[in-house]
Amino acid sequence: MILDSKIPAGPLAEKWTKHKFNSKLVNPANKRKYDVIVVGTGLAGASAAASLAELGYNVKAFCFQDSPRRAHSIAAQGGINAAKNYQNDGDSIFRLFYDTIKGGDYRAREANVYRLAEVSVKIIDQCVAQGVPFAREYGGLLANRSFGGAQVSRTFYARGQTGQQLLLGAYSALSRQVANGKVKLYPRTEMMDVVVIDGQARGIVTRNLITGAVETHAAHAVLLCTGGYGNVFFLSTNAMGSNVTAAWRAHKRGAYFANPCFTQIHPTCIPVSGDHQSKLTLMSESLRNDGRVWVPATQEIAEKLRKGQIKANDIKEEDRDYFLERKYPSFGNLVPRDVASRNAKYVCDEGRGVNETGEAVFLDFRDAIKRDGRNIIEQKYGNLFDMYKQITGEDPYEVPMMIYPAVHYTMGGLWVDYNLMTTVPGLYALGEANFSDHGANRLGASALMQGLADGYFVIPYTIGDYLAQIPPKKVDENHPEFAKAKEEVQNRIQTILSINGTKTVDYFHKKLGKIMWDKCGMARTEVGLKEAKAEIKALKKEFWSNVKVLGTNEELNQTLEKAHRVADFLELGELMVDDALNRNESCGGHFREEYQTPDGEALRDDENFAYVAAWKYMGEGQEEELNKESLVFENVKLTQRSYK
Amino acid sequence: MKLTLKIWRQKNASDKGGFATYPVDHVSKDMSFLEMLDVLNDQLTEKGEDPVHFDHDCREGICGMCSLYINGKPHGPLQTTTCQLHMRSFNDGETITIEPWRAKAFPVVKDLVVNRSAFDRIIQAGGYVSVNTGGVPDANEIPIPKTIADLAMDAAQCIGCGACVAACKNASAMLFTSAKISQLALLPQGQVERKTRAEKMVAQMDAEGFGACTNTGACEAECPKGISITNIARMNREYFSAVVSSENV
Repeated sequence: MILDSKIPAGPLAEKWTKHKFNSKLVNPANKRKYDVIVVGTGLAGASAAASLAELGYNVKAFCFQDSPRRAHSIAAQGGINAAKNYQNDGDSIFRLFYDTIKGGDYRAREANVYRLAEVSVKIIDQCVAQGVPFAREYGGLLANRSFGGAQVSRTFYARGQTGQQLLLGAYSALSRQVANGKVKLYPRTEMMDVVVIDGQARGIVTRNLITGAVETHAAHAVLLCTGGYGNVFFLSTNAMGSNVTAAWRAHKRGAYFANPCFTQIHPTCIPVSGDHQSKLTLMSESLRNDGRVWVPATQEIAEKLRKGQIKANDIKEEDRDYFLERKYPSFGNLVPRDVASRNAKYVCDEGRGVNETGEAVFLDFRDAIKRDGRNIIEQKYGNLFDMYKQITGEDPYEVPMMIYPAVHYTMGGLWVDYNLMTTVPGLYALGEANFSDHGANRLGASALMQGLADGYFVIPYTIGDYLAQIPPKKVDENHPEFAKAKEEVQNRIQTILSINGTKTVDYFHKKLGKIMWDKCGMARTEVGLKEAKAEIKALKKEFWSNVKVLGTNEELNQTLEKAHRVADFLELGELMVDDALNRNESCGGHFREEYQTPDGEALRDDENFAYVAAWKYMGEGQEEELNKESLVFENVKLTQRSYK
Repeated sequence: MKLTLKIWRQKNASDKGGFATYPVDHVSKDMSFLEMLDVLNDQLTEKGEDPVHFDHDCREGICGMCSLYINGKPHGPLQTTTCQLHMRSFNDGETITIEPWRAKAFPVVKDLVVNRSAFDRIIQAGGYVSVNTGGVPDANEIPIPKTIADLAMDAAQCIGCGACVAACKNASAMLFTSAKISQLALLPQGQVERKTRAEKMVAQMDAEGFGACTNTGACEAECPKGISITNIARMNREYFSAVVSSENV
C-alpha cells in the first residue's frame, strides 16, 4: 500500500486553513445521527469527546480507570508550550514549529508540526476560559517560563501540576456533555478489539472490568486516544495501567504502526532501589540548572561507595568526575535529554555507578547551596527535594541526589495521515497514541500541547470530512463481524485463564522489560537487537504455555487485565526491535552504537532514513512488512546537532 | 522487615466480607506501601490464592486512584497518598490493618476497591464553566490578580481520591465539593454560573448519600493535597447566597 499522508498542497502557513475550508461538513441536523466512539479519556480523549459532543455527535467514551480524571495525562508536571509571544521575546508560530522539528531530529512531518504550532495559541485561550488556574504575574496576566532548551519563554504552567489542571479542564468539559446526555461514559471498561467491516472501522469490543461482560459497541468512527507504550519496559514513569492493547489490537486489524523504536528516556528519575520496584518517578528537568552531575573518577572509589565504606561527601574534589561538564564544556549539565541519559549509562557501564545496584549517578547541589545559600535553593526546588526525601529517605540538602534515566514517553505510535486517520478508514489515533508530531525526540512541554491540539482543534474538523461521506444510517450491531470479534475476545480470555502455569504475569513483564531496557533502550547494537528478538520470541512462547492467572472472567480480576496487556507488550516488543534493527542510523532517542560521530554523538543518515517506518501486521508468527513514508523538508534545513 | 497484615477481603459488592490475616516477610524499608502489597500478591498467586484487589495507577501521588484505610487512617500515617507512603514509616514486627474507604456513597466493589463514581456525578452536576471549544476570548483578555489565581489553584489541586470522605465520621463530601465550587467561584470565568453551580452540586452531593459537615476538620487533616476547610466555608456562603436569590425557580 502506498501511504498517502494527505498533506494539503500550498505554502506551509496556509495548509491548515485551506484544508479546513476544503473539508466537507456534516449538516447540523445530521450530526445527531452519527455515533463516535472515543477510547481513552486523557487530554486527547477527553478534549475530543467533549468537543465532538458539543458539535452534536453522539459520543461514547471509554476508560479503564474508575473515572476519566485518572488518565495518566494528569501526571505531567512541567507545562504546555504555545506560541503566544506574550513575553515579547521573539517567539512565533514558525519558531515553535522550527524548534519542534529540530528537537525531533528531523523525523517528523513538517505540515503536522506547523499545524500543531498554529493551534497551540488557541489551546491556552480555551483552557483559561474553562477555569484552568495557570500561573500568573502580579499584574494579573499569564506567566511563562523557558523549558527544555528553548531560547524563548513560551511554556505556560500551573505550579508543578500542569497536566493535572489541563486534564481536569478537559474532564470538566466532558462532564458537562455527560450531564447533557451527549456523551455516555463507560469507566472501568477496557477496549479489547476493533470491529472492521468491509475495510472500515465500525465499532469495538470491550470488557467490563467489574463484571467481566464482553460487549460490542457500534459507531461510524472510532478514536483511539489511548496514550503511549512505555510500560513495555516494565519500569517507566508511566502509570501502572498504561498499555498498548487498544493500539495493538487496531494494528492487528490493519492499522500500521509507525516508528515503534522511538522512545524517550528521561535523564532525571529516581533510581531503581530493588527488585520490588514497580515504577519510576520523574524529577523535574529543571534540577539540572543548579545540580552538578558526577560519579567517582575510578571504579575502586565507586566500589567502596557501593559497599558503604565511604560516603559521597567524603570523596575529594579531584576524585570526582563531572562527566557532562568535562565532555560538553559549553552546555555542561544542560545538554538535551538523550545526551544526558546516554552519558549516565556509559559511566555506570564502566562500573562507576553510585548506588547498590550500580545504576545511578549523583546530582549534587552542594556547590549551588554554597554559592546561593540554602534559602534560594529551597525556594526554587523545595517541593522536589521534599518529594525526593519522601521516596528515598535521604535529604538532598545534606547528601547528593541520586538519579538515573528512565523511560518516559513514546514518540512512535499508530501511523496517521494529516487528518489523524490510521490506515483503517474511520479509525483515528490522537495524542501520544499516534506518531506524527515529535519525530525521534519530544521536547519538554510539547506532549500536553499535542494531546489537546488533536482533541480540541484538529479532530472536530477532520472527522466531519469523513462522516459527511458515509450515510448516517445506524451501524448494525447484528452484523456477523461483531459476533465474530466478540467470540475471538472471549476465546482469548478463556485461553489465558486455562493455561494455569507456574509463573506470574509480572514475572513475564519484568523479563520482557529487562530485555527491552538492556538491548532496545538507551543504546542499541545490531548484535544486541538480534539477541533480543530471539529472547522475546522464546518468552512469548513461555507466556502462552506457563502463565498463571487465577480466578474467573466474571469478576474484577486485575491479574487477568494485566495478562492481556502483557501479552500485547510481548508482541510489540518484537516489533520495536525490528524497527530499531531496520533503522541503521542514530537519531534523537534512537541511538545505534554503530552509527555515531567520532565524538560519540548521534549520526543521522538523512539520505537513507529520512522516512517514517510504518509496519503492517501480516498475521500470527509472520514478519511484519515495512512501508515507508518519505519525509520532505521544504521549510527547514537539516543540520547535525552538536553540544560541545 | 516482617509484618502481619490484617486485610479486608470481600468477593464482590453483595458479599459480607471479613478480615483475613497474612504474614509477609522480606519487606524492605525502601518499598512503597503498594509495592509491599505487590509482594504479598505474588506470594498469594504462587500459593494459588486470589490476590488482594486494590485501586492504583500513577503511583506518584497525583491520579487519585489509590485509596486504603491503613491503621485507621486514610492513606496511612503520613499526610500523603498511599502510593507515596513507604515502609520506613512502619516497624519490624508490626501488625497493619488495611480496609477500604468506608462510606455509604462509596460501595465496595471487591476487597479494597470502592466505587467513587458519586464524585463524577457531583462534577457533572455543575463543576464546569459552560463554554464550548472555540470562540473564547484571548487568554490575557481578563487579568486575574495573582492572589486570586493562587487561591483557585490551591483548591484546584484536589485529586478526587476520597480521603476526605473516608476520614469524616459523617462520610461528608464537603471538602471535595467545596474545592471545585471555590475554584470556579474565585475565578472570573466561573461567575456567570456561580449560583446554579453551588445549588446543583450541593443537591447532587446530598442525593448521593454523603453526610453533613460538623466542622471536625478531619478531612483537612487527612487530605494528601492539603485542601483547606476554608473552602467549605466559602461553599456555604456560595450556597446560602444562591438559595436566597435563586435563579432556579
